[in-house]
Amino acid sequence: MRQRGVMPYFALLPMLATVCVAYLGAFAWTFYVSLTASRSIASNKFIGMAQYERLFNNERWMLSLNNLAIYGVLFILACMVIGFLLAACIDRQVTGEGALRTVFLYPYAMSFVATGLVWQWILTPGGIPGFEFDWLVDQDKVIYTVVLASVWQASGFVMALMLAGLRGIDPEIWKAARLDGIPVWRVYLSVVLPMLGPTLATVIILLATMVVKLYDAVVSMTQGGPGTASEVPAKFIMDHLFLRANIGLASAGAVVLLLTVLALLAPYAYARSRRRATA
Amino acid sequence: MFKRSKQAAACSLALFAAGVAQAGAGSAAPALNAEVIHWWTSGGESAAVKQLAGAYRAAGGNWIDTAIAGGDQARAVTLNRMVGGKAPAAAQFNISKQFIDVVEQDMLTPLDDIAKQQNWDQTLPEPIVKAIKYEGHYYALPLDIHMQTWIWYSKAAFKKAGIAKEPATMDELFAALDKLKAAGLIPLAHGGQAWQENVLFAGILANVGGKQLYLQVMRDRDQKAINSDAMRKVLLAYKRMQSYVDANAPGRNWNDATALLVSGKAGVQIMGDWAKGEFTAARQLPGQDYGCIAGLGPDVPYLIQGDAFVFPKSERADVQQAQKLMAKTLVTPATQISFNKLKGSLPPRIDTDTSSLDACSQAGAAIMRGKTRLAGAPEVYLTPDQNGALQDALTSYWNTTMPVEKAQKALAAALRN
Repeated sequence: MRQRGVMPYFALLPMLATVCVAYLGAFAWTFYVSLTASRSIASNKFIGMAQYERLFNNERWMLSLNNLAIYGVLFILACMVIGFLLAACIDRQVTGEGALRTVFLYPYAMSFVATGLVWQWILTPGGIPGFEFDWLVDQDKVIYTVVLASVWQASGFVMALMLAGLRGIDPEIWKAARLDGIPVWRVYLSVVLPMLGPTLATVIILLATMVVKLYDAVVSMTQGGPGTASEVPAKFIMDHLFLRANIGLASAGAVVLLLTVLALLAPYAYARSRRRATA
Repeated sequence: MFKRSKQAAACSLALFAAGVAQAGAGSAAPALNAEVIHWWTSGGESAAVKQLAGAYRAAGGNWIDTAIAGGDQARAVTLNRMVGGKAPAAAQFNISKQFIDVVEQDMLTPLDDIAKQQNWDQTLPEPIVKAIKYEGHYYALPLDIHMQTWIWYSKAAFKKAGIAKEPATMDELFAALDKLKAAGLIPLAHGGQAWQENVLFAGILANVGGKQLYLQVMRDRDQKAINSDAMRKVLLAYKRMQSYVDANAPGRNWNDATALLVSGKAGVQIMGDWAKGEFTAARQLPGQDYGCIAGLGPDVPYLIQGDAFVFPKSERADVQQAQKLMAKTLVTPATQISFNKLKGSLPPRIDTDTSSLDACSQAGAAIMRGKTRLAGAPEVYLTPDQNGALQDALTSYWNTTMPVEKAQKALAAALRN
């Protein structure tokens, strides 16, 4: 009995080691570098919080955070709504379900570097004759084109997850609702959606990680431009890591980004632990 | 079983010994392996680098080519491998502050012997010497020199707009741009990417501000000069250029902008001498189909920059020998001319015979020999980090309605540390 209690922990050791070395170790190292005056090579010259000070005085960094917030909210909302609608439609026993599912899921299977270039061609003014749409070269609207392209990419994926959730719902509920004469939309909104809770949480977490690491879409579509209008934090970090040979500042950016993610995830983790405690 | 494996071990040991003996003999005979990391991957560039490889092979070495597309990527690989102890024999850098960190860490082989023998103190342009010499020692071998801010113009577009004479002052350039606009052409072919906005700014600063202001701003990072009225004038002229750009400029690649000149749809482009390759590829000739202006006025600074090889320090005698041999081969005038002809740039030594180059290159070479107009391109003086901050400030100013006062402040802040 006692032996069985130990074995699972023993089996978890390799994963534990990976987490300690690769995740926590890399984080500790990044945090350390962010406190030094490292340029292209990591140095031990300790300068305290100076990199962070510079980071938050940097207009481009602040703009990047702002862009990420706009992008994050719009991207997650749009993906959830479109993904759910697609899943609900397919769930109504349409013909050719398999084909439709494949079509909607296809964008997710492609690299964004490739599709980003295609989106850039499509959205470049004059790229398609007779189609005038100039958001890509507009300072104030360019970030929405990135949202548009990535929603196209990810909403099929959300649909697949939601569809799996919908299939898990007991058909008896539908029969009962029909007997009571409740309209279909009302069943979805008041009965099905609350039952999908765990699926929705998974989807949000997955989409949120996609938001934080947003990089390839911006690089292939706008390169952060026009000007600095569509810059995002991951691009700021990558630029300073290599192009601008300032790994100290880049590390400071990475640490800030990680702390933001932790701050966003903390309420969720807390809620889950509370739920488990009460259950 | 055990016996057999022992035999095999003995056998492989013997083979290994034979191999070592052969390698030992080989170093006397020519078989010097040298791995070279560079980012010359476009058509013209790879043809040019083949000249270098060929010269090294002809001298008896074995050139192992590691071409990595994209300068940032190639430099990141070089730095990582140097830190990890697996440095290549030679690696490309721009003549700039990109390799200052590894020089300070004492990771590069000094090239003082070859510098003395070639008399680099006298034969290389002064801004180049300053960039590759650190505390009295040379650490990079310059291969080519590029001039970043040529003013290119399409003769067909000028003719269509009724511009008879090549502009010789900034006012004449603005007048020409106005005429191009009136004729319904794109006056300024511009690629709206941050680095191209940097190039354009350097060109305007050189042409409007002059050499003294240019050096005060880029080399000395003099806050007073950056906040001066003269600088304000430069920034206003820079912003005026934006009114001559078409709406589709943002995100455009430089070669697509040059293509607008080639097809006669646009009039003027300010870009480095690598743009010439696009005209040449379209079978256009300088002076006939297109024109090149080094500067508007006889005193406008000629902003140079270029590529160089550095040789990471190695403990191995054969690598050291290979590096020596490579340095010796690459500085010969024949190699440098054949390399630069294909690349569109100029050989770094000002005493090289350039009469076989085209008209634009020869005009540039004459200015190089004159010495007084020479200055380094911004990245020769600025660290990659400072140059990046400058780029962020400029691209924001160019693309938004930022007032000039704020731009001046942003510029000053970018160049402060």
